[in-house]
Amino acid sequence: MDPIKDTAVSIARAVNAKEAAAAEIAEALIPHVSRVDAQLGAYLQLTPELMREHARRVDERVRAGETLPLAGVPVAIKDNMCLTGTRTTAGSKILEHFVAPYTATAVQRLLAAGALPIGKTNLDEFAMGSSCENSALGVTRNPYDLDRVPGGSSGGSAAAVGGFEATLSLGSDTGGSIREPAAFCNIVGFKPTYGRVSRYGLIAFASSLDQIGPFARTVEDAALTYDVIGGHDPLDATSVDRPLEPTAHALREDLRGVRVGIVKEFGLGQLDANVRACYEAAYADLEKLGAELVEVELPTAEYGLATYYLVAPAECSSNLARFDGVRYGLRVDGADVGEMYEKTRAAGFGPEVKRRILIGTYALSSGYYDAYYLKAQKARTKIAEDFARAFARCDVIASPAASTPAFGFNAKSDPVSMYLMDYYTIPVSLAGLPSLSVPCGAVVPEGGTRPMPLGLQLATPLFTERSLLGIAHAYERATRHAEKLSPVEIAAA
Amino acid sequence: MSTIAPEDITVTPELLEKYEAVIGIECHVELKTESKMFCGCPNAFGGEPNTKVCPVCLALPGALPVPNAAAIDHMIRAGLAFGATIPPHSKFDRKNYFYPDMPKNYQISQYDMPLTQGGVVRYWLEDGTRGECRLTRIHLEEDTGKSTHASADGRLAGATSSLVDFNRAGVPLMECVGEPDIRSADEAVAFLETLARTFRQLGVSDVKMEEGSLRCDANVSIRLRGATEYGTKAEIKNMNSFRSVRRAIESEIARQIRVVESGGRVIQETRGWDEAAGTTHSQRSKEQAHDYRYFPDPDLVPIDVTAETVAAVKATLPVTPYEHYVRYVDEYGIDTKRATQLVDDAPLAAWFDRAVEASGNGQATVAFVLGDLSRLANESGTHVAEGKVTPEALAELVALTTSNAINSKAAKQVLETLWNEGGSAKAIVEREGLAQVSDRGAIEKIVDEVLAANPKVVADYQAGKLNVMGFLTGAVMKASRGKANPSLAQELLKEKLGA
Amino acid sequence: MPTDRIDIRHVATLARLALTEDEIATYGAQLGNLMTHVDALANLDTAEVPATAQVVPSRNVQRADVLRPETSLTREAALQNAPDTVVGYFRVPRIIGEEG
Repeated sequence: MDPIKDTAVSIARAVNAKEAAAAEIAEALIPHVSRVDAQLGAYLQLTPELMREHARRVDERVRAGETLPLAGVPVAIKDNMCLTGTRTTAGSKILEHFVAPYTATAVQRLLAAGALPIGKTNLDEFAMGSSCENSALGVTRNPYDLDRVPGGSSGGSAAAVGGFEATLSLGSDTGGSIREPAAFCNIVGFKPTYGRVSRYGLIAFASSLDQIGPFARTVEDAALTYDVIGGHDPLDATSVDRPLEPTAHALREDLRGVRVGIVKEFGLGQLDANVRACYEAAYADLEKLGAELVEVELPTAEYGLATYYLVAPAECSSNLARFDGVRYGLRVDGADVGEMYEKTRAAGFGPEVKRRILIGTYALSSGYYDAYYLKAQKARTKIAEDFARAFARCDVIASPAASTPAFGFNAKSDPVSMYLMDYYTIPVSLAGLPSLSVPCGAVVPEGGTRPMPLGLQLATPLFTERSLLGIAHAYERATRHAEKLSPVEIAAA
Repeated sequence: MSTIAPEDITVTPELLEKYEAVIGIECHVELKTESKMFCGCPNAFGGEPNTKVCPVCLALPGALPVPNAAAIDHMIRAGLAFGATIPPHSKFDRKNYFYPDMPKNYQISQYDMPLTQGGVVRYWLEDGTRGECRLTRIHLEEDTGKSTHASADGRLAGATSSLVDFNRAGVPLMECVGEPDIRSADEAVAFLETLARTFRQLGVSDVKMEEGSLRCDANVSIRLRGATEYGTKAEIKNMNSFRSVRRAIESEIARQIRVVESGGRVIQETRGWDEAAGTTHSQRSKEQAHDYRYFPDPDLVPIDVTAETVAAVKATLPVTPYEHYVRYVDEYGIDTKRATQLVDDAPLAAWFDRAVEASGNGQATVAFVLGDLSRLANESGTHVAEGKVTPEALAELVALTTSNAINSKAAKQVLETLWNEGGSAKAIVEREGLAQVSDRGAIEKIVDEVLAANPKVVADYQAGKLNVMGFLTGAVMKASRGKANPSLAQELLKEKLGA
Repeated sequence: MPTDRIDIRHVATLARLALTEDEIATYGAQLGNLMTHVDALANLDTAEVPATAQVVPSRNVQRADVLRPETSLTREAALQNAPDTVVGYFRVPRIIGEEG
């Protein structure tokens, strides 16, 4: 068993079978991660003592006869999730020194299942961004080309798994923040149906869209993690109270009888020729596995970005009001409390966060609410209805996860060009659908030297995680694209 | 006209008659629950600062609200008690504004779909007149923490810093919004008192003004009596007792009359009530108008209330204090003051109702209940309803006195015995031989004896000293060991002396 | 579309963000640009369309009225991240004017 390269399934199997000790895994990972991360910068904080403590507990529990689904599996946690006693920063100066006094439900479930916390990973500040460049606290590099971004906002969590610094990690996805970085980092990134995984303890960006999900190097590992973190939580009123069907043991090997919807409006015409060829091949592979390709229409999808850039900032403008220098976080003093607020927030938030707070405040302000916020909520209804109609004709919708492979640092200086990175993922998020990105090939980008991975986005109807993961698993097993690439650091090691 | 300063104008009864005040009340009432509105922290007054807090009510990053079912039930009960409509769909919204004692810098409240809509509060005044005020709505929200201003006198002015305690943050709060149907400070107080006694009776709030669990704002304007248009209103804040509500509104009406009479115009503003000065004062208007940016709280899901739920709650509603009051006054002929006394003591009212049911005589029963029975209860520090006197025993006593079977002195004695021992009034009367003697012959015999024994007094009476009659009556009563019917005794005495 | 369509100063005041003159110019232009993209929404016919606040059709999610001492924080934990405290209180600079 190789604790660095193996899957979560095989690590947990070995630890539960007492063939390997969690403590040994921790001791192998701690020096490895600190060496690799000096180059990748996936982590904002390493928690070796906490990892050792959890390893001891796991070994005790296994010795006592327990079987733990994630026994001894090294995991990384996006730093917008609270974990008692660790700094939880959301990648922001305003929370740079905030130590969480409680633990997020998803994290607590992960650790209770035997996972070993390696540390907290970098992200675009408050999960707002698509490249991880908006982090105020560190730079994360793509493990497949250190001159390129890992994607975002869950860039650190994706880079950690893609760069073999963690077996699994947790990310959060609001408009594509799991799927896009998964595609950029050659791994599986899974966003469950909205409401499937508790948001309690996840620092909110846009409450009606935020959803925690796993990164893994295989679909099976992602399914295993989802089975652990998913399910109803009484501490989150939007958490759905319906039984969670285990997914990890229901994965399929072929796609016979599966109808795959190809979205007419998502035509591949505007993509780079090599990228386009890669997706055409992916669709053909699905067909080879027995799937039937059908064209479906999402006429409202073109309004996805506009809708998203009203709904998400509106919610964020309110969610981020609590960062005021009163109870925690940065404070910049002022002559009175109002001045303190303005200076604290000016110093504590980065430009992208400020932009979104301003957009959202504007969209909700008196006189504009109906034209912007309410209109966007109605557009959201139409987008969801489009998907419902499409799913009458297909079981799963396939599309690119992103329109390009990972790009270079500072390549997207205009905010709107960065927002366009989430063109394919945003409509799915607005509809709340379960969705994932699975590696589907690689291209050498213009100006690049190494082949960079691409991801295939798959999305299914609400609450059909089992079907989604099954389809993705069949595709992954048949194509094995992820295995064809090696990260820079691992190649050099 | 314009040369007179407002402060030089005396507000005479004639001026008060010239203008009519239009008043709308909004009040916040803390709901009585075990836990806070959106988390499992205790909903309890006081305590060391910041000791009743959790990630949710302290608005730590990532914490989420989950609504308290009991608070929602309380709202439905409260609304239905005033005949409000309970809409089938309701939701929570965020009201966005920054203030240090508001942890999230938004308040979870209800904007366009409150839990209750409409309804009427019927109330009565101390002089017995009755009125009513329509409710616009009652909606559910969360309370803020408390800030203390660290200046020498604890006030905002001159403070260099403020201290914040979040123990109260997240306590469930209902906001009752009244229509501008109220015309005087007395009516405003009567309206609030009725709200308070109704909420207490329903068990939805303790309404402890001294703990700030009822806080009230009033919109006050004046207009010429007979006018139909509203005048410009001022919003009065910071009234924390019924007494200050009355004083503040009276003071504000007088202020507005002086402004208008001196040729000025009332401006729309928020005015704070200064308890010590006995006046309202303008609170500096904000740099810009409020823009609360209400939107549906995405952390919470909508509330549906079915017709079945509404019907089930309706079926459990008790008779309201107002309905009680009206019955006491209109059916039993009890005066306003005593009817109010009863209504304000729900267990006593319930006990009283059982006694009246048995006695069929409201006035005689209330005389005992608020008279000797309450005195006995007070003396022993026990509530009437918890004493040994049963409503049925009191009804017997009422029957014994109204039928003249015992006299009032004996009745007092029986009641004391009942209070100490319980049991039946009739049995005590029999046991103690307290039945009133109304037999003419028997009393005549005693009268004759008394007259014979007091020749000097008889002579005084016949010489015109009529006030000795009291002495003679007392002597007859004493000789009968208190059992003689006193009016009959007097009648016989007069007969014999005058003859 | 003019870039001054949004009164950035007013919006920043509502959001309690102090902005420099440069930021006002930059954000004003960027937001104006974004809002021109957003304006495309006006082309979408949403008459008779209900608004979606939540994608999952849950209703009446409530908790029983019970204390949850296990979720409460000690005062020390409540204050541990505070920039300024005194005798168990959070301390803030003086408050000017009332809100709410």
